[in-house]
Amino acid sequence: MTDDKDVLRDVWFGRIPTCFTLYQDEITEREAEPYYLLLPRVSYLTLVTDKVKKHFQKVMRQEDISEIWFEYEGTPLKWHYPIGLLFDLLASSSALPWNITVHFKSFPEKDLLHCPSKDAIEAHFMSCVKEADALKHKSQVINEMQKKDHKQLWMGLQNDRFDQFWAINRKLMEYPAEENGFRYIPFRIYQTTTERPFIQKLFRPVAADGQLHTLGDLLKDVCPSAVAPEDGEKKNQVMIHGIEPMLETPLQWLSEHLSYPDNFLHISIIPQPTD
Amino acid sequence: MPNSALWAVDLFGKVHTLSTAGQYWEPCKDSQLEFKRVSAATQCCWGIACDNQVYVYVCASDVPIRRREEAYENQRWNPVGGFCEKLLPSDRWQWSDVSGLQHRPLDGVALPSPHWVWESDWYVDENFGGEPTEKGGWTYAIDFPATYTRDKKWNSCVRRRRWIRYRRYESRDAWAKIPSKDDPEQLPDPFNDLSVGGWEITDEPVGRLSVWAVSLQGKVWYREDVSHPNPEGSSWSLMDTPGEAVQISCGPHDLLWVTLWEGQALVREGINRNNPKGSSWSIVEPPTSENGIMHVSVGVSVVWAITKDRKVWFRRGINSHNPCGTSWIEMVGEMTMVNVGLNDQVWGIGCEDRAIYFRQGVTQSELSGKTWKAIVASRECDRSHSGSSSSLLSAGCFFGDEVRGSGESCAPSDTDASSEAERPGPDRPGPAESGDSPGKPRDSLAPGSGTGRATEPGEEEAAGPAIQTPGLEPCPGPASTLAELPWTNIDLKEPRRAPGRSAAGFPETTGLSSLGLLPLGLEEPYGADDHPLWAWVSGGDCAVEAHTVLKWFTVQSGLSPSMQTLSLSITPAQTAAWRKQIFQQLTERTKRELENFRHYEQAVEQSVWVKTGALQWWCDWKPHKWVDVRVALEQFTGLDGARDSILFIYYVVHEEKKYIHVFLNEVTVLVPVLNETKHSFALYTPERTRQRWPVRLAAATEQDMNDWLALLNLSCCESRRVHGRPSPQAIWSITCKGDIFVSEPSPNLEAPEHVLPCDQMFWRQMGGHLRVVEANGQGVVWGIGYDHTAWVYTGGGSCFQGLASSTSNIYTQSDVKCVYIYENQRWNPVTGYSSRGLPTDRYMWSDASGLQERTKASTKPPSLQWSWVSDWAVDFSVPGGTDQEGWQYASDFPASYHGYKTMKDFVRRRCWARKCKLVTSGPWLEVGPLALADVSIIPESPGANRSGHSIALWAISDKGDVLCRLGVSELNPAGSSWLHVGTDQPFTSVSIGACHQVWAVARDGSAFYRGSVSPAQPAGDCWYHIPSPPKQRLKQVSVGQTSVYALDENGNLWYRQGVTPSYPQGSSWEHVSNNVRQVSVGPLDQVWVIANKVQGSHSLSRGTVCHRTGVQPREPKGQGWDYGIGGGWDHISVRANATRALRGRSQERAAECSGERGLPGAPSGVAGVPQEAPSLVRC
Repeated sequence: MTDDKDVLRDVWFGRIPTCFTLYQDEITEREAEPYYLLLPRVSYLTLVTDKVKKHFQKVMRQEDISEIWFEYEGTPLKWHYPIGLLFDLLASSSALPWNITVHFKSFPEKDLLHCPSKDAIEAHFMSCVKEADALKHKSQVINEMQKKDHKQLWMGLQNDRFDQFWAINRKLMEYPAEENGFRYIPFRIYQTTTERPFIQKLFRPVAADGQLHTLGDLLKDVCPSAVAPEDGEKKNQVMIHGIEPMLETPLQWLSEHLSYPDNFLHISIIPQPTD
Repeated sequence: MPNSALWAVDLFGKVHTLSTAGQYWEPCKDSQLEFKRVSAATQCCWGIACDNQVYVYVCASDVPIRRREEAYENQRWNPVGGFCEKLLPSDRWQWSDVSGLQHRPLDGVALPSPHWVWESDWYVDENFGGEPTEKGGWTYAIDFPATYTRDKKWNSCVRRRRWIRYRRYESRDAWAKIPSKDDPEQLPDPFNDLSVGGWEITDEPVGRLSVWAVSLQGKVWYREDVSHPNPEGSSWSLMDTPGEAVQISCGPHDLLWVTLWEGQALVREGINRNNPKGSSWSIVEPPTSENGIMHVSVGVSVVWAITKDRKVWFRRGINSHNPCGTSWIEMVGEMTMVNVGLNDQVWGIGCEDRAIYFRQGVTQSELSGKTWKAIVASRECDRSHSGSSSSLLSAGCFFGDEVRGSGESCAPSDTDASSEAERPGPDRPGPAESGDSPGKPRDSLAPGSGTGRATEPGEEEAAGPAIQTPGLEPCPGPASTLAELPWTNIDLKEPRRAPGRSAAGFPETTGLSSLGLLPLGLEEPYGADDHPLWAWVSGGDCAVEAHTVLKWFTVQSGLSPSMQTLSLSITPAQTAAWRKQIFQQLTERTKRELENFRHYEQAVEQSVWVKTGALQWWCDWKPHKWVDVRVALEQFTGLDGARDSILFIYYVVHEEKKYIHVFLNEVTVLVPVLNETKHSFALYTPERTRQRWPVRLAAATEQDMNDWLALLNLSCCESRRVHGRPSPQAIWSITCKGDIFVSEPSPNLEAPEHVLPCDQMFWRQMGGHLRVVEANGQGVVWGIGYDHTAWVYTGGGSCFQGLASSTSNIYTQSDVKCVYIYENQRWNPVTGYSSRGLPTDRYMWSDASGLQERTKASTKPPSLQWSWVSDWAVDFSVPGGTDQEGWQYASDFPASYHGYKTMKDFVRRRCWARKCKLVTSGPWLEVGPLALADVSIIPESPGANRSGHSIALWAISDKGDVLCRLGVSELNPAGSSWLHVGTDQPFTSVSIGACHQVWAVARDGSAFYRGSVSPAQPAGDCWYHIPSPPKQRLKQVSVGQTSVYALDENGNLWYRQGVTPSYPQGSSWEHVSNNVRQVSVGPLDQVWVIANKVQGSHSLSRGTVCHRTGVQPREPKGQGWDYGIGGGWDHISVRANATRALRGRSQERAAECSGERGLPGAPSGVAGVPQEAPSLVRC
């Protein structure tokens, strides 16, 4: 029996096979072998790449090592975006594994935030969760939680423990029975074609007439350029977690099932591959 | 109770119901009549129609209302002709009633009313006290009246036999007129008000109701003998009242209030079980002298009233000792009437807007509630033909006007609540006569122009407002509105989709005018919505409880279909496409991104994870007590991704630190043991099962315990790779706490040799609360709660507190049971019976055994999950009978008690019961409306072709009716309807074997075999009476493939010998074992029981799952018992398990099942994987 809960598992256990190669200009003592890893889609680059760091540092001299950063086809990869989002946005049409270049020098200050420690990731993650709950429940749920519950969310993500994470996160996905959904849907829409990092607006899951808003309604409202006209050719893909949900999918359902652990729906709008 | 509904009458006199689960008013099925009053009770509703006659509406049910008529044929022996009809002159009638005093010829027994029909002709009763007479039903005695025996003796001078004929009540789902007697003296004058209640006073007879009515002359009448088997009652009795009554309200229990013409209220005192009519009246003065009471409504312990100025009042201090209460409190709101329904919930009809309001926040602790909330559910007719608001508005105005016009002449008071609907003037144009012009082109009419008749859009600007204006005032000109009315009603029927307010659907020109109209006529006070206008409401059949989610308040008319399907986890057809796509794409994505890269290293290692905490442990050494321990659960993930866990319990003994540990893959079951004081659970391994000594741990809070249980359960299931829905072959069991457990049968569980010991079976808990469970091999699982509610398994997973498992197919479930305590008294010569016992006596308030003290105040619900839902009440239905106050007498404690006092009785006791309720959630949906006592599903016959036919399911209702469920299939496990199977006495147990052999046990302890049951004839043809084993009364029967086992009241298990296909009734009962509580025989003729007591190496357990060993085709009775999980088990069903040891077979079966269970629309890959995993382990 297929069950909506299975979606949560599929989303959580999404993995991207990745090949890490050291940037050619990095100075090494020996040749650096590429490093292959299955990256969890829902996690963050700097959270899951300790092994990569160790692997390449073995062939490098201490003085040549500064903060690690990653790049794909010339684009520095923002560690504070979930891995799945980065992949969907930048590399979904290319062949697997995903080839990521590893840098230890020339940190692109204008493109990337520094990530001095895992605390920075935790702080970023928790602020997203809190922002999402502010939208969903006026922060009521997250504020009622104890410190240890917050910690459990983070530890669940960090240790890739689905059960541990969802034991707490399910509370964030509840809504009062008399309402028909969250207050607002926490979402961000990303496009590679614009300068703007992402679009985020207040958007309710249910229309004033009681009709459920769909993914299509959202896009028409906040990002009309992404939606093809009725008869027109489909120019863009609307992608979440590597899949393209139908535009008829109710937004509330998407928010409950396809949100990243930070409780946001990260939606990528990417040009339709031309092949 | 999903079937409960609110009843209401609209201003047209049409009766509607609003289900607690629904969101639309549905017109009453029998809509021929118009009513002015309705008063609902469970499954029936009484009303006064506009012809001033009283009607009763009995809801249809699959169980007929049937009554047995009996007559006795008496004969005397004489030396010439033997037994003959010639009796002595001093003898009774040749045809008589049971006492012999009444003449009762067969053709003289008539149907009481046209609503009854005869079911069959008269026939002779062959059954005499559970034994067949085999002699034409004759029983013999020395003389009339005497004790009759089955056998003729030398001195048997008289004989008699009983003739039986059943009559059936036919008028169901229809308003049946209560016949009025021809005698004009007896005939009450036309009735003005009516109220039913009193169903909580006593259960004897079943469904007894108090029906009270007030006539136009102000007299109060009581309807005699109303009960479920006699829905019409027998006659009206006049009750004397000290004043002229205008209105009456009867609560579910002993409250009865009457409104007097002068504005006071009359309160009936002395209503009780033995005197439901009560004994005397008291007068309660109205809250203020200038405004008398015009309407009252009472519940179990509340009284609400409306005074003539429409103010709402709540009476303080009502209880059964003081039905008059103490004082009035004024509540917010102005109402024309209020009605108190079940659970003391309150509804009212607003004075201004005629909307029905529901009082929110009424609880046992806050009976007056918090706020009024309008019910905005629309009528079903409005949904399809969205009638414009303005037409309803004008209709309402019209009615208001008409009453005022004729009020002086007829209405007893100026209370328009009672007068509005009561005088259906002959000139009143009913909606029925208005269907003559539906063809009129009216779609271009603007909303708000209701009174504007068939004006052209252009005229409307002028005409609309002009006619609308009177609508603002309560009294529009009678002439104009009267003339308009026929049209108004036409409009009601008109199929117009556009809701009143939106101008968008109309052409531009009219849009303008309609917008112009709105502020004039419609905005205030009625609002622009088209809600119906109501005259009367009754909540006597409307069960609203704390957890009930009502959909009455949020839904607007003309809502979109997607709105109704908001519960997203349930898959409605229209959402399937997008959902299917997501499932499919996720599967593809996983394949694409993972398939060729499985050899890649995982970024995050699955390492050891430890949860620690402080618990208490029931220590293994003596003296046993709770000791504080530290607990740590270590979880490992192996390379293959499988997890394993160890639970460490660290304790200190003699200042020395020690620990015990349990491998979770050895744990066989985790049982929550909730009681008043501790939140504890027991953990069993095979060894601990044999010892009858589990590891018992207690947490400080319920939450803490649930967290631990959830985690441990999850770990156990993970290490055994069991998850998701249980397989169709699963074995189900229930503990005495109502917790449900399920075990996947291993193929060698029923093997001829190398049988898996049943202490090694792994049980996991399913959500929900049941008393009985029954499964077959096709995934159909039914359960029965303590309150006899029937439930069907929805296929949901083992939701353990919702953690990390599926919440789909999980629903709210509730159960109600009684807690009993005993009041004990001893007789002494000075004061008679008193609560002063001897020093050696038991507690004067105790449990049933007398060993534990239980007072009313100190007795708590069984655990924190339960809460009280009633007050303490004397239980009269105890075995042995009671006197009128519920006392049972005995010579001393403890002894056998009887229901009457004799000279030798020095002690007495009576039983007090209090209901408590539990609300939980689980994968169960209620199968209404019948309450069940037993259920049996046909087990899957091994190797049988199971396609085609529906699955046979038999049940016994809580009243003892035998029922056969139609339409049960794998896809529709709940089935469609009940077929009633007639019996001459109530039954208690039923079981259907794999070859459609149906056996049942009657309440007299004898067994019955049902002949000719087959897929083509699901109910069979007749009962064959099978005497019980000598001197034993049977209580349960279970039929497997061919074996028939029965259980008697003394715990003896009997095997039916000599059952063959040609003689399916068998020949005799053979004793198998004693010490048995319940038996379940499966499709392999395997026999499992719950044993009463089992001694282990450390302790003794009561209620233990046991498996009969050595059962073979040639030795169906088996040889001995293998002992499984135990200590508090109450019920088991192995009837789904047809898994044989043969390797090929079971694999085949597993594949078959997992393939078949994939839902339509679900990608088979996703559906198949999780289910195959456990079955592969099993094979």
